[in-house]
Amino acid sequence: MMVVLWTDALIYLLLISGSGFWLYMRGRATMQRPIRKVGRSKTGMVSLTVLLLFVCIGLLDSIHFRTDEERSNEIISLLDYWASPIRQKSEKTYSAPFSAYLFGKELMAADEGKQVWGYPRLKHGAAHLADPDSELADDVLIKTLTGLAEGLVFSLLPLGLLWLLVRKREDAWLKQSTGKTVIAVVVVLISVVFTAIELSAHYHILGTDKVGEDVFYQAVKSIRTGLVIGTLTTLVMLPLAIVFGILAGFFHGWLDDVIQYIYTTLNSVPGVLLIAASILMVQVYMANHPDDFTSLIVRADMRLLFLCLILGVTSWTGLCRMLRAETLKLREMEYVQAARALGVKQGMILYKHILPNVMHIIIISVVLDFSSLVLAEAVLSYINIGVDPTTYSWGNMINGARLEMAREPAVWWSLAAAFLFMFTLVLAANLFADTVRDAFDPRRAEHE
Amino acid sequence: MIHYIIRRLIYALPLLIGVNILTFVLFFVVNSPDDMARMQLGQKHVTAQAVDNWKKQRGYDLPLLWNDAGQGLETVTQTVFYQKSVGLFWFDFGISDSDKRNIGADIKQRMWPSLAVALPSLVLGLLVNITVALMMVLFRNSYLEFSGVVLCVILMSISSLFYIIGGQFLFGKLLRLVPISGYDGGFNAIKFVVLPVLIGVVSGIGSGARWYRTLFLEEVEKDYVRTARAKGLSETQTLFRHVVKNAMIPILTGVVVVLPLLFMGSLIMESFFSIPGLGSYTIDAISSQDFAIVRSMVFLGSVLYIFGLLLTDISYTLVDPRVRLS
Repeated sequence: MMVVLWTDALIYLLLISGSGFWLYMRGRATMQRPIRKVGRSKTGMVSLTVLLLFVCIGLLDSIHFRTDEERSNEIISLLDYWASPIRQKSEKTYSAPFSAYLFGKELMAADEGKQVWGYPRLKHGAAHLADPDSELADDVLIKTLTGLAEGLVFSLLPLGLLWLLVRKREDAWLKQSTGKTVIAVVVVLISVVFTAIELSAHYHILGTDKVGEDVFYQAVKSIRTGLVIGTLTTLVMLPLAIVFGILAGFFHGWLDDVIQYIYTTLNSVPGVLLIAASILMVQVYMANHPDDFTSLIVRADMRLLFLCLILGVTSWTGLCRMLRAETLKLREMEYVQAARALGVKQGMILYKHILPNVMHIIIISVVLDFSSLVLAEAVLSYINIGVDPTTYSWGNMINGARLEMAREPAVWWSLAAAFLFMFTLVLAANLFADTVRDAFDPRRAEHE
Repeated sequence: MIHYIIRRLIYALPLLIGVNILTFVLFFVVNSPDDMARMQLGQKHVTAQAVDNWKKQRGYDLPLLWNDAGQGLETVTQTVFYQKSVGLFWFDFGISDSDKRNIGADIKQRMWPSLAVALPSLVLGLLVNITVALMMVLFRNSYLEFSGVVLCVILMSISSLFYIIGGQFLFGKLLRLVPISGYDGGFNAIKFVVLPVLIGVVSGIGSGARWYRTLFLEEVEKDYVRTARAKGLSETQTLFRHVVKNAMIPILTGVVVVLPLLFMGSLIMESFFSIPGLGSYTIDAISSQDFAIVRSMVFLGSVLYIFGLLLTDISYTLVDPRVRLS
């Protein structure tokens, strides 16, 4: 039975509005040049491909349903369902990546009723091997190669079909050097995904955490949280920024004063403190209304949603100010004056003349904000004003693991996993944002 | 000048009142003081008597916005909003909710450690970022610049938490050069401050150097630079004598606006290195859900921010003679 959480619903909404926006952009002549420029940029397209992989995983994790099993009535996502083998194979406590043994020594029963102090074998990790010390390296290698081969086969089939389609067209995008690079990256990514699937079925490829949960699974689950914060915040922020910014710039007088007052006030409150204050408020509210938040996952979901709302409310001011300044400039332009002289209605002027001409600012700021929001999530979770402690997120992973670096030897894999995933996502987002900015900013376009 | 400053200070008043109303709505209207009391005293098994006592001791036993029982002005003054807000305007922060300490005294004591970390971080960071940016501009369109830009993007994509954890692990645990965390008064503070400052500088290079590079590049395109080159000045001379001076205007004003906020310290740094500054004070208040402290810090932050904006405008007139205040 399918369950739609609040953030799920908003993600679907975002997906629909995103596609609608894409169609609108494609139809406009002014947007053709920047879109083509992004399409020609290798860095831009490669980072977009990586981003799309993250988005796909995030979307799989956003389709929730209730399990049919009699006893457990938990809500899981499609990703959880497919990852059930990893999800359910938990160990006792820490274990290193690809290890067959636990991290800590324990008393073990040995032959003849004696007890030995040593590292016990893992329940699931490398459990299929009889003698891990000699077989482990070979087995990992074989599994890696199998995964790579599977990935290659799997990705070459659709690519072959695609090739048949574009074979006749000389100017096809896939035949340009950017297109070829993207194909190569897609093949590599699919192979990596297959290898990870193959290996994680038998090993804990990024180790296990304090309660023995697979770290790789945690890191993958955190993708959705990161994406939700990066995108839903935008969904909250955009309407506020666009409506207020354009109205303040277009209509002088009291409206401008009021909007300026609102955003200066919000701006003068230190961002972190405003978020902290709001989250505190939400916490107290949730603590006093336990009936409204029955299940753990619904509660965590609401908190995630609140966090997005709050981040949106604190971050719209920057874009609003930029849009106001640009609109102030635009309303004095000849074409706006002409439209006014011809008797075009004000609403129409805003929609037809002002909005398309500030669109590049909106697009640039949306892609630029994404990576900083993902980074902000980690910091906020560290101060305990981020997502719910039960939600999988990179911030929570770092928070839970940072003290373990002091152990001897250090437990580094949780941090490494969070670092790896976060870095990949943020780097891809940053590179893509740079490409988009270079393509859409008219000031930069002049230098071509 | 004086007139302008006075007018700006008067303009700041409605802003601060707005901030106050905002935090008041967030803290007291959505959740009543009863909820807060129960939260502080522990969720379950709290008698109504204990809640009333808690509220009375901290002055939350008045009506929120309007007191029907009072006469004349008292209908407004004998309320939680008035009692808890007016004091803030002359920096009388009252007492904290959890342990009834004087917030004002705490702030005065804790602002110096914050400053000891934040000020060197800012100054050093500025120097390093400008140097890196200048290098990239000097060697523009070369592999050096390209690798610099790539490095900046990479540095930018790493969460600040990893810089801190990595730095503590490397310098504190492996090399044992500095203590991992802690603080001491006087000159002993230096050894505790070195690592946070270093990490603060390194984590800021990515975005900082990139930002200054765009500023310099914008400046390099201008006509006076071409004139300087046409006069026969070498590229280095043009860059250091002319471009740097002019690019300093946006840099300086960007720095001035954050100067007052340095007192607030950095939340993350201070709590990781257990420096007893205002940042860790705020974090502690957040985790112990002490609304009085958080509200005072929000107010203080807003005051400092508005003060920073004023300083920015004044510094504009000082460094750029074309700008006149009106």
